[in-house]
Amino acid sequence: MNLWLIFRIAFRALARNKMRSALTMLGIIIGVAAVIAMVSIGQGAQASVAEQIASVGTNLLFVGGGSMNVGGVRSGTGQSNINTLEVEDIDAIRREIPSVAMATPSVNARAQLVFGNQNWNSQVQGVNEQFPQIRKWLVQSGEFFTEADIRTASRVVVIGQTIAENLFPGMDAIGQTLRVRELPFRVIGIMARRGQDPQGRDQDDVLFAPYSTVQKKLLAITHIQFAYVSAISPNATYTAQEQITDLLRQRHKLAPNQENDFFVRNMTDVAEAADETNRIMTILLGSIASVSLLVGGIGIMNIMLVSVTERTREIGIRMAIGARSSAVRKQFLIESIVLSLIGGVIGILLGIAISVIIPRMVGWPTLVSVTAIIGSVVFSAAVGIFFGYYPARKAAGLDPIEALRYE
Amino acid sequence: MNSTINPQSAIRNQFWEGNGVQASTELETKEKQIDKKIEPQELGTHPVIHLSHIHKVYHMGDIEVHALRGITLTVNKGEFVAIMGASGSGKSTTMNIIGCLDRPTRGHYILDGRDVSELSKDERADIRNSKIGFVFQGFNLLPRTSALENVELPMLYSDVSTTERHKRAMDALIAVGLVGREHSHPNQLSGGQQQRVAIARALVNQPALILADEPTGNLDSRTSVEVMEIFQKLNREQGITLILITHEHDIAEYASRVVIFKDGKIKSDYRVTERRDASEELKLLPTITDDDDDDEDD
Repeated sequence: MNLWLIFRIAFRALARNKMRSALTMLGIIIGVAAVIAMVSIGQGAQASVAEQIASVGTNLLFVGGGSMNVGGVRSGTGQSNINTLEVEDIDAIRREIPSVAMATPSVNARAQLVFGNQNWNSQVQGVNEQFPQIRKWLVQSGEFFTEADIRTASRVVVIGQTIAENLFPGMDAIGQTLRVRELPFRVIGIMARRGQDPQGRDQDDVLFAPYSTVQKKLLAITHIQFAYVSAISPNATYTAQEQITDLLRQRHKLAPNQENDFFVRNMTDVAEAADETNRIMTILLGSIASVSLLVGGIGIMNIMLVSVTERTREIGIRMAIGARSSAVRKQFLIESIVLSLIGGVIGILLGIAISVIIPRMVGWPTLVSVTAIIGSVVFSAAVGIFFGYYPARKAAGLDPIEALRYE
Repeated sequence: MNSTINPQSAIRNQFWEGNGVQASTELETKEKQIDKKIEPQELGTHPVIHLSHIHKVYHMGDIEVHALRGITLTVNKGEFVAIMGASGSGKSTTMNIIGCLDRPTRGHYILDGRDVSELSKDERADIRNSKIGFVFQGFNLLPRTSALENVELPMLYSDVSTTERHKRAMDALIAVGLVGREHSHPNQLSGGQQQRVAIARALVNQPALILADEPTGNLDSRTSVEVMEIFQKLNREQGITLILITHEHDIAEYASRVVIFKDGKIKSDYRVTERRDASEELKLLPTITDDDDDDEDD
């Protein structure tokens, strides 16, 4: 008996009970769709982090004021009121550490922006002229400010796309003057579009000004919150991290038993941590979804057991006319495999559909992975075999004499 | 052979239909009048079935039930044997053993020259597939499956190509006179038509014998005659060996030989001297059209 024939017989048997087959399949459909949707959400998050990190550059380091980990509890972000980092520290890093290519201080403030009758609340980030190269984030039109602007603390800004769209709709923003915390600033450039960061924040809702201007004219502070440092190569990041730490400890005159009053974070570590988090999330989501696949499988077993009992006479007839036990077993096994495979295919389509809809509805990035699809097919076939085996064995073990007598 | 049976045979049948108890006593007296058992050698052909000293013991908990107590029976090629007996006489057990659905506890069963008494489950399945055609009382067709597919079923378990399978199934349906109904499902067929599908299914693998278990049990008298006509025709024209299990004496008389079981033994084994001819009888019966037949069963 060839396989194609057995499949046809299985299809026919399932077609006889369309409603029941459909409901049984539903368990597998939901299970597979859930696995695919969940894994694609997880992998979407992973991919977007990876993409983000690649765009930021893996040779990037963060230096922040305060400590990253004091007693395992606090984690400094550089945006608190810890004022241990000075512009001079960054200058020293640039000057003295050979593994460092570039560095920029960063001084951040939230500010109300006004242009004409338009109002916009946004983030002002004070950086130096090296920022576009360090962050690999270039100016789209106009230009970035220069070292001269830093020195003179001139009131020039480069705006992000979101600000350009909201404050200067339908006009060229360059050359216009907008007010930041009531002070007039001249727009000299517009940054390229950056999109969302992995946390879903709009990175284009930002305005860049010389850090000296932000320090003196907006915040009236002398310290900086953090700094971006670019190592000469991705391989040099660990060396750079150590050398920066040594230099800053020395500059801050910290005794060997004292904790760092700053932190240096390596983008590779950040990437790995983020990746690990997302990976765990993917596994977690996938395993929860797998439970529904398992439940679907139990549903198949249940229905197959009912089917074997119902069709006892049919089994008896088949055995009487010469079906071997193995042929009967194969028949029922293939029925349950067909059931779970059809369910699996529908589930894959549904899962892909969900993965396409989710980013539009909720805004989460998704990535439909081939691995998840192949995995689901294999898994649903395995469910069919695993949960179909017991009913099939039960059918094959029937005694033809008894089975023929069954009413 | 003994021709004195004939007038009494008719009387016996009347009894049989009316009163089972009386019939069996009548039968016993009858058996004594039959002068001798048929010796297999008399027929001089190759035996299809040879049962020698078959015992079957069932264990029901601690109790041993002796269903068969030494059955020896030879059926030659081309014979049409009716097996009779009351329930519990061992005829169903014998039928299961002959049909290779069960194995004897002791003794040997040679089917078509091969000892099948010790075969495994799978080997017996193969034997059933190639050597035996079953016809049951309840037709035992697969529901919601066309007549043609039902007939094709035995060939699914033996390597027959699709075209060959189709052709042989059609030929078998033609042989039982069911042309034009091959795509009907069992619930669209009358009882007689369903039984004919079952006969076609039994025929389709060209078995050494056809085993019919109460094939007319669910049929009215005319349809019964029709089914017996098919059996007689197959037996006569194609030389197919037939074993018919029945409790109806008049049905047994369509066979060429009757074997009567009692208490797990063969009580008597005789040739039917005045065989009934189903096709002759059908000519005398009032004609019923196929349409009427259908209405009756729907």
